[in-house]
Amino acid sequence: MAETVAVKLTAKDFKSDQEVRWCPGCGDYAILAAVQQFMPELGLPRENIVFVSGIGCSSRFPYYMNTYGMHSIHGRAPAIATGLSASRPDLSVWVVTGDGDALSIGGNHLIHALRRNVNIKILLFNNRIYGLTKGQYSPTSELGKITKSTPAGSADSPFNPLSLALGAEATFVARTIDSDRKHLQSVLRAAAAHEGSAFVEIYQNCNIFNDGAFELVKDPSTRDEHLIRLEQGEPITVGGLNVVHPEGSFGLKVQEGGTPIVHDATVEDPAYAFALSRLSGSDLGTTPIGVFRNVQRPSYDEIVRKQVHDAKAQATGTPDQMLDDLLNTGDTWTII
Amino acid sequence: MAAPAKRVEQLDRVVIRFAGDSGDGMQLTGDRFTSETAQLGNDISTLPNFPAEIRAPAGTLPGVSSFQVHFADYDILTPGDAPDVLVAMNPAALKANLSELPAGADIIVNTDEFTRRNLAKVGYAASPLEDGSLADFAVHPVALTTLTLGALSELGVAKKDGERAKNMFALGLLSWMYSRPFESTLRFLERKFAKRPDLVAANKAAFQAGWNYGETTEAFAVRYEIKPARMSPGTYRNITGNQALALGLVAAAVRSGLPLFLGAYPITPASDILHELSKHKRFGVTTMQAEDEIAAIGAALGAAYGGALGVTTTSGPGVALKGETISLAIALELPLVIVDVQRAGPSTGMPTKTEQADLNMALFGRHGEAPLAVIAPKSPSDCFHAALEAARIALTYRTPVILLSDNYVANGSEPWLLPSAAELPDLRVTFATEPNTDDGRFLPYLRDPQTMARPWAVPGTPGLEHRIGGLEKADKTGDISYDPANHEFMVRTRQARIEAISVPEVDVEDPSEDAGVLVLGWGSTYGPIGAACRALRQRGLSVAQAHLRHLAPLPANLGAVLAGYDKVVVPEMNLGQLAAVIRSRYLVDVVPFNQVSGLPFTAGTLESMLEDVVKNG
Ligand SMILES: Cc1ncc(C[n+]2csc(CCOP(=O)(O)OP(=O)(O)O)c2C)c(N)n1
Ligand code: SF4
Ligand SMILES: [Mg+2]
Repeated sequence: MAETVAVKLTAKDFKSDQEVRWCPGCGDYAILAAVQQFMPELGLPRENIVFVSGIGCSSRFPYYMNTYGMHSIHGRAPAIATGLSASRPDLSVWVVTGDGDALSIGGNHLIHALRRNVNIKILLFNNRIYGLTKGQYSPTSELGKITKSTPAGSADSPFNPLSLALGAEATFVARTIDSDRKHLQSVLRAAAAHEGSAFVEIYQNCNIFNDGAFELVKDPSTRDEHLIRLEQGEPITVGGLNVVHPEGSFGLKVQEGGTPIVHDATVEDPAYAFALSRLSGSDLGTTPIGVFRNVQRPSYDEIVRKQVHDAKAQATGTPDQMLDDLLNTGDTWTII
Repeated sequence: MAAPAKRVEQLDRVVIRFAGDSGDGMQLTGDRFTSETAQLGNDISTLPNFPAEIRAPAGTLPGVSSFQVHFADYDILTPGDAPDVLVAMNPAALKANLSELPAGADIIVNTDEFTRRNLAKVGYAASPLEDGSLADFAVHPVALTTLTLGALSELGVAKKDGERAKNMFALGLLSWMYSRPFESTLRFLERKFAKRPDLVAANKAAFQAGWNYGETTEAFAVRYEIKPARMSPGTYRNITGNQALALGLVAAAVRSGLPLFLGAYPITPASDILHELSKHKRFGVTTMQAEDEIAAIGAALGAAYGGALGVTTTSGPGVALKGETISLAIALELPLVIVDVQRAGPSTGMPTKTEQADLNMALFGRHGEAPLAVIAPKSPSDCFHAALEAARIALTYRTPVILLSDNYVANGSEPWLLPSAAELPDLRVTFATEPNTDDGRFLPYLRDPQTMARPWAVPGTPGLEHRIGGLEKADKTGDISYDPANHEFMVRTRQARIEAISVPEVDVEDPSEDAGVLVLGWGSTYGPIGAACRALRQRGLSVAQAHLRHLAPLPANLGAVLAGYDKVVVPEMNLGQLAAVIRSRYLVDVVPFNQVSGLPFTAGTLESMLEDVVKNG
């Protein structure tokens, strides 16, 4: 009997032969390197991994992964990935998208993929700007953002992507940062282990059109006061302050003293994760990163496949015989 | 049901229209009459006409629903131009249909509904049954509701249920008039109301009462017989276009051995395909009701990328939304079937009415040079074969294919000679499993010299990992390329590979072989054009008919066919979309003949138009 040798893959195995074409210094490089280094942990052969993206700088991602991949059209990656994932249980399907791709043109597909709990992992590279089209404001840009298309300041309030995902019934919601490889990979690990949709917002620096957008939570001199690291089972604190649930209030609050909340991403009620997501406003004042929500619900893929599987299990005869039976259903008559 | 003798007349064909309020069950009545007629062996063609509103106010003109059935002792091609018999269940049904009745037609009316209030609802100042306005017709007034309730008085059913059975009374009466075998209807009632024995009894009793009414009263002096049609031997079933199309897709899945993935968003008149396919999961069919048409085609394309037979079904507004994804499928060179059941546009237009005005969109409605294959079924049962053909082209040539059905064939029905599965085309495909160069590389855009198709290398295949996308690809490698010469080459290649698709030659029907005029049609106009040509030939005039199933690529012999006639007439339910294609491609100055009323052509309209062309040039 032939022996199967499990080949141990490394980050290098996941690098494609394509020249990476992001601007020097772009946060996308760090994310790519982190993902490539994480991939071997999936324990899957490369051919069983697929990256599907939309359009944007971030969506170039699949070209650089030595897996299967599709660079599709603007905003539609979640829909395409849904069809692929639902029909191919053997694949690990990842979606790479941007803040414009996922939240403007593709908003509808994003919320419906999350609602269905399709077994796909969605990585949203949020740079709070349209990179590829050279710097217009995006649905995550802060109100009053001055860009080429909004010289007097943008007039529309941004989405909080995590609040949106939670409102869309997402079962796994997390946030991480391009420059923190260790944290990024820990979030990828949790996302990969999750059965169903995993939604991961990655703060990504666009050094050309929106440089420093996340500096407050990246710069070592300010970070500790603004960044909340969510750890399962650990009290939630930031810069010596506690995140508490004041009696009689609906949300969470950062304050001195009191009893900090102990983080539990498995809380069924999405109100908890939603309250966490509201800790950071547009100004990033106090921004949690980590896994906000991680609960179990049957995936769309699983339900749909079970229906087909059960129907097939009851069928008898060859496919041609079954087809003949189907065609001859109902009121038939025979002419001799 | 013993019979006192009544006069029996032989007829060769009859057109009956059942019309009533949408709550009166006219579709069901028509369906049952059709089924009885099929059992008897007549040839049949049917056409329903639904109100656009789900529940228009009762008794109003917009609430009228009708079902027309044409049956004959010979083979027929259309549901009939005008009814010989109108069954009008209320004043609205009479008023809505009267203008289409030829003088002398029979009208059977439910007099119980001709109340002052109901007459006023549709603007009748006086009852047309009494004011002499129906003098040109043979009116049979029948107190349908009263008679039905009378027949059920012993059964103790609720009045409401009793009244609802009046359509069965009408069916019983018509079944008697036309000597239909009724056993299948009684069986049907048992099935339909299996959980309500009281309703089975009520409906059966109503049917019987209707039959007896014909047989025993003097109101109906004549009974008719229509002999079975001479049809090819085999097993038949009556089928609508939408049903046939869905079954054709299942057959394509079976014959290709691939799982079928349907992504769809509900839209009239295409939704029934989604409904039908969702019942056939045992064939490995997955149906997804997506959040919109874009997601529907996206999911189908994703499934096709994964190795499934990807299909999306919709109508014109949906195709407009799918355009960008169709272009992506063209760039990716993946198989995909897009079904457009056309309806009258633009915009929401008339969703329940027919039109052929999406041909331009199918052929040209995308950004960039984005060619694909387009085919159209010619009749309800042909939708089955057209679906298989669409799948054949998509799978063999790795291309999206648009299948242009329309409301007329989708909801119309006809007898279908059932094929046997084993005789259907073999659609098996080969997935790429190995590198395709001598030096062991895999080039995702290296083409098969025969079909010009690129390899279908699905995720999960070791060693063939590759990336595809909407950006222009370098020939062979599929790498991103902005090279001018490469783009020129790829644009021309995408065009060439569609033109190289092998499609059957177009046949010409020209029995006298001396016709100077050719009628060229496509899609659902086949029936009325064929019926018009027959009528002309019976009158000694010569006319040739050719009908296109393949709109892209066009059959290779089409140019030669067109060149063989002095005049080419192109009737279409649009403003001349095929005519423009033919003119620009073959420089033939065709005569367009266009109707965009939301209604199919009648054979009579085409006959008089063609007569004029044949006689006067
Ligand atoms: C249908 C369509 N509309 C518009 C565009 C142009 N477009 C390309 S990317 C993009 C925005 C990308 O922003 P984002 O998703 O944030 O990605 P980023 O470049 O910032 O990574 C737009 C508007 C397009 N490619 N397709
Ligand atoms: S424009 Fe911004 S997001 Fe795009 S590659 Fe350059 S730095 Fe990165
Ligand atoms: Mg962006």
